[in-house]
Amino acid sequence: MNTNFRTPPAAATAENTDFEVRSLDAMCVNDSVLVHPWWYNLKYAAWGVLFGIVFVKAEIVSWFRIQEMFRFESFHMYGVIGTAVLVGMISVALIKRAKARTIYGEAIVVPNKTFNKGQVFGGLLFGIGWAITGACPGPLFAQMGAGFGVIIVTFLSAVAGTWVYGLVRDRIPH
Amino acid sequence: MIETLRQPWPWYVAGALIGLTVPALLLMGNKTFGISSSLRHLCAACMPANIPFFKYDWKKEVWNLFFVGGIAMGALIAARFLSDPNPILLAGPTQRYLATKGITDTTQLLPAEIFSWEQLFTLRGLIFLVLGGFMVGFGTRYAGGCTSGHAIMGLSSLQWPSLIATCCFMVGGIAMTWLVLPYLLTL
Repeated sequence: MNTNFRTPPAAATAENTDFEVRSLDAMCVNDSVLVHPWWYNLKYAAWGVLFGIVFVKAEIVSWFRIQEMFRFESFHMYGVIGTAVLVGMISVALIKRAKARTIYGEAIVVPNKTFNKGQVFGGLLFGIGWAITGACPGPLFAQMGAGFGVIIVTFLSAVAGTWVYGLVRDRIPH
Repeated sequence: MIETLRQPWPWYVAGALIGLTVPALLLMGNKTFGISSSLRHLCAACMPANIPFFKYDWKKEVWNLFFVGGIAMGALIAARFLSDPNPILLAGPTQRYLATKGITDTTQLLPAEIFSWEQLFTLRGLIFLVLGGFMVGFGTRYAGGCTSGHAIMGLSSLQWPSLIATCCFMVGGIAMTWLVLPYLLTL
């Protein structure tokens, strides 16, 4: 297999020491020390394809379904999210109990999230945006893929929102 | 077989497949499921602008961009080869409510009355497409995750901050839907 082991370079660990920046979300909290050629990432794309098909076929990317959910007039989205959480929870418990490793033999570490006020303020803001656009970030990609060209505007606005957050991050409560 | 796949998929099939994404990504390479991070990686890749929040090695997280690229591709496949010609079967009360707001076209996943290029430069279009998108991007990053990172990955791994975030998503969405959207829809 085309896999080389190496230790992380000292320069990389010296950079970006702001722990909060790194641990605030999924980013870089468990750097792999394996170095793979780029096409190893295609397996994530393949799972993404399956995911995108599910998104469209179960109408999770539909603005109408999100309206139904927030108006408590349909069980559909609650069923989707509830089942997903249940399956995910059982899976994580099994992985932890079995001390399962990745297909390349690395240990699996599920990072803990720390509380900060952003989860409240940001959560409320995102909820408002979700109700308006009928889409969280995942469905935005799916809507563009499914041929809704105008959603590129929503998507670029979302990228802009993320960028502005990065800009003002030090000046808003966390 | 294809005919069955063309029908709308039931919630338990979708929920199970989405839930399986959590162990799939962990087993493939110790990746934690999360989608909104991709927006951050795009900022880091395209316009870091010397902002500390975007100064990191985004290439290490490139798997996430492959994943979201796959989502768009999968949606294209579903829309092209597995599409259902029938209109969306909306819950009766939702359908009647939306009709009072002039939204009756349920032939597509999104109402054409709002989500179209012609609507973009109306006040309502700007709010739904531009302001709404901005709040999704700003809010998810401020919260440190979205429905996938907090509601699914976070709850699956029993993270109580994710439970708080998920509750706030719902509170924000419910308040918006009941208190403000009735006015916005008729702008």
